[in-house]
Amino acid sequence: MAQKKREIVRTTTWSAGPGCHGGCGVLAHIEDGKLVKIEGDPDHPWSQGRLCARCLAMTQYTYHPDRLTKPLKRVGERGEGKWEEISWDEAFDLIEEKMGKIREEYGPESVIFGMGTGRDIPPWICMLAYAYGSPNVMFALSGIACYSPRIAAVETVQGDYCVLDASQWFEKRYDDPRYEVPECIVIWGYNIPATCPDNVFGHWIIDLMKRGTKIIAIDPRLSWFASRAEKWLQLRPGTDGALAVGFMKVILDEGLYDHEWVERWTNAPFLIRKDTGKLLRASDLVQGESEGNFVAWDAARQEPVVWDSANVEYKPPEAIPALKGTHEVTLADGKEVSCWTVWDRFRDEVDQYPLDRVSEITWVPQEDIAAAARLYAKSKPAAIHWGVPIDMTPAITPTTQAIANLWCLTGNLDVPGGNVISRHAFDVVAYALPGGEAIIKLDDAEAASRRIGADRYGPLREFIWRAQPDLVLDQIFTEDPYPIKGMWIQSINPLAGIGLDPKRWLEALEKLDFIAAVDLFMTPTTQIADVVLPAATFLEKDSVRSWWVPLQTVNKAIKVGECRPDIEINFELAKRFDPDFQWETIHDLFDEILSPSGFTFKELQEKGWAFPEEGSSSAPYHRYERGLLRRDKKPGFSTPSGKMELYSSLREEWGLEPVAHYEEPPFTPVTQPDKLEKYPLILSTGRRSAVLFHSEHRNIPWLRALDPDPVVEIHPDTAKERGIGDGEWVWIENWLGKCQYKAAVTRVVPRWMVMATHGWWFPEEKGEKPHLFGTWRSNVNLLFPMGYQGKDGLGTPLKHMLCEVYKVGGGEKENE
Amino acid sequence: MSDRKPEYGLLIDYEYCTGCHACEIACAQEYGWEPGMAGMKIIEVVEPLPKDKAYLAYIPFPTELCVLCARRTKQGLKPACAQHCMAAVIKHGRIEELAKEIHKPRMVLWAPRP
Repeated sequence: MAQKKREIVRTTTWSAGPGCHGGCGVLAHIEDGKLVKIEGDPDHPWSQGRLCARCLAMTQYTYHPDRLTKPLKRVGERGEGKWEEISWDEAFDLIEEKMGKIREEYGPESVIFGMGTGRDIPPWICMLAYAYGSPNVMFALSGIACYSPRIAAVETVQGDYCVLDASQWFEKRYDDPRYEVPECIVIWGYNIPATCPDNVFGHWIIDLMKRGTKIIAIDPRLSWFASRAEKWLQLRPGTDGALAVGFMKVILDEGLYDHEWVERWTNAPFLIRKDTGKLLRASDLVQGESEGNFVAWDAARQEPVVWDSANVEYKPPEAIPALKGTHEVTLADGKEVSCWTVWDRFRDEVDQYPLDRVSEITWVPQEDIAAAARLYAKSKPAAIHWGVPIDMTPAITPTTQAIANLWCLTGNLDVPGGNVISRHAFDVVAYALPGGEAIIKLDDAEAASRRIGADRYGPLREFIWRAQPDLVLDQIFTEDPYPIKGMWIQSINPLAGIGLDPKRWLEALEKLDFIAAVDLFMTPTTQIADVVLPAATFLEKDSVRSWWVPLQTVNKAIKVGECRPDIEINFELAKRFDPDFQWETIHDLFDEILSPSGFTFKELQEKGWAFPEEGSSSAPYHRYERGLLRRDKKPGFSTPSGKMELYSSLREEWGLEPVAHYEEPPFTPVTQPDKLEKYPLILSTGRRSAVLFHSEHRNIPWLRALDPDPVVEIHPDTAKERGIGDGEWVWIENWLGKCQYKAAVTRVVPRWMVMATHGWWFPEEKGEKPHLFGTWRSNVNLLFPMGYQGKDGLGTPLKHMLCEVYKVGGGEKENE
Repeated sequence: MSDRKPEYGLLIDYEYCTGCHACEIACAQEYGWEPGMAGMKIIEVVEPLPKDKAYLAYIPFPTELCVLCARRTKQGLKPACAQHCMAAVIKHGRIEELAKEIHKPRMVLWAPRP
């Protein structure tokens, strides 16, 4: 028999398919235009030939019999499950007509452009929304509580985001002489087997452990890391902020911080007026001086000295700013005010957290907190790697500030083996992350001002260019200040995955005049759409990837049915909606996005990947010293003051607390003592599966066989008290709702907490309403409310709810 | 059943196995196994320890379906499980050689059905 000709296409993962945040190098084995096998690329510097279970199952995913391969138009009632196959032209015409009508009658802001965890497609969703004229691109999780709040919070205080340094910036990786292995890594709310969040390949941490890195694990669950940690702090969910401030307390009291770093690079010497509680500005001192300039106390001349933010220096530069002390300052209007330093203010805040109080809040023994803080502070270098639980609390920003302060105070920012600033490779930015600049952005300031939540929340006005989802949901019902009439839903599943209070999401979707959905399979959410477009996997498309380093291309290897890549779908519609749309072809757009790198798409595609060279702003280390972070090339940070801000001037402007602190979340044993009798257990959710990503992969046979049921982890003692045996079905219930899960009786959870997996629906069951693939049966989001975002519109209480669990007795009705 | 002395085996550093299941799916893909079958199986152990502690371990166990990827190793490739192991804890080789590489605790050397 003649051997079939096999072609091997080298490409990069980035959704859809494995569902991850991508970056791994793969070799797609193609025969007769069909994927027959997928392997890791052993030459790839990111993943070195390794590949996860989800990616290895791509042959089953790509050619799944339920894969959507043609555009579908609803022909029955909404949710009735009656569809007619139509051509792409018919689909585009229909969408253009329906969405065009909404734009004409209600304005472009009346259509919401929804995205899920997004991964590679947010730039294209933004591109379409902006071409249509809508500022309302929405990440549908309450409080946008996944990653972008953390990025925004870090950028607020230090200008650029940073991640664990696992040598990912260098082609030779761990062998590069510039690199140092961290002595210690704090794993803060992150579980390895499943995930590669933050564009960090999770198993790099294991490479480092094999090279001697010690682990401090912060997790209420006995995670893999907790099991192997030098120190494991089993904190009460949601108390991370208190723990981080507790760490700072130990580090400051014991003098374990980098004094020189604090004096040189932070705004610790800036003065704060005691009368207003706000930063003293140069404009307070001298009329006509800039409001953007701050003031310190010059210890040499015993007088105020102005910090010139634009030039990142004191005027005069030889001033010796005092770190501590209260000083009387005469203002321009002759008024005398007492001022103290940011450092004193910061210390005062931290001093509110003696370890006995931190221990009482976090349930972690004092001596363990102290020992872990010392281990972190004394290890050189040391890094912190965190997970999404940090975002999943209303006080996300003060919590993030506290953790960011730790790597700054200990001198671990942008040093080898520390937390390294993560700029996009070659500063190639497809669409702006919080605070950034990019090719794709909404230039119409007036349209931008209509973004839902922009009027209320500072970070959304100036930093995160997203509609606030809790307000969007409300506005669909209230129509105030303007009606919402349509939704573009691209690979999100609010009914089964990302939506809290999912029945309210269903009601909201049903209120809309028109819904277009783009996905790879029918889901509970696409069932409610009017048009469903079939999207492509990563193997079926070209794309670029600069999150973070190296710069890579995604290369088309196959075609499946009439499926189209998200970018091609959005590109066609963007052209139709925007007569001034500026690109002719997708490759023109890629070339423009890539232009800062000097590569064209074709050139980069041939090269495979590219690492920024020494001296580039996207290559480490010590960039704030070398003037590589600011546009003016001066040393310092891209913050309003040019300093790392222990006291955030932006937060002050937004009317929010400027200094790291702790806030007790809304649904905890502390805040809801009256509910404890009925609901004594802490309900946490979102524990990752190694084989299922959020609401995906329930239909992939190899993967589902490994994780077949929705499980809730219950401690053996807790289960025994309730007569629950391992593998039995239980109700999880609170005052908002209930759902059925299979009990996994295990010591990985503490007695006082249960952990329910999320994203469950059953693709094997019937899709039409009201069943919707059984999505109400095991949907833990029924127990979580919308509308509890933090004061800055970010974060949501998702890791710390209250509940009771009890055996399914038979005879009860399933959730309908 | 073969009485032949096994020549090749798999050395596993189970201290670092994270239970990610890549080995199982890599095997299922390589040989087209039905869902739930594979030449490698991850065993999870939550071992209670004194003072209310526990240790979470995962052990990759080569099943009756493991053929040590003879076809791959002849071409100079690693077995599918070993190549894709996210934690790089699976090493294929001659049993005598692998035995010499047991340089640390928490390792196991398997001689699967040849």
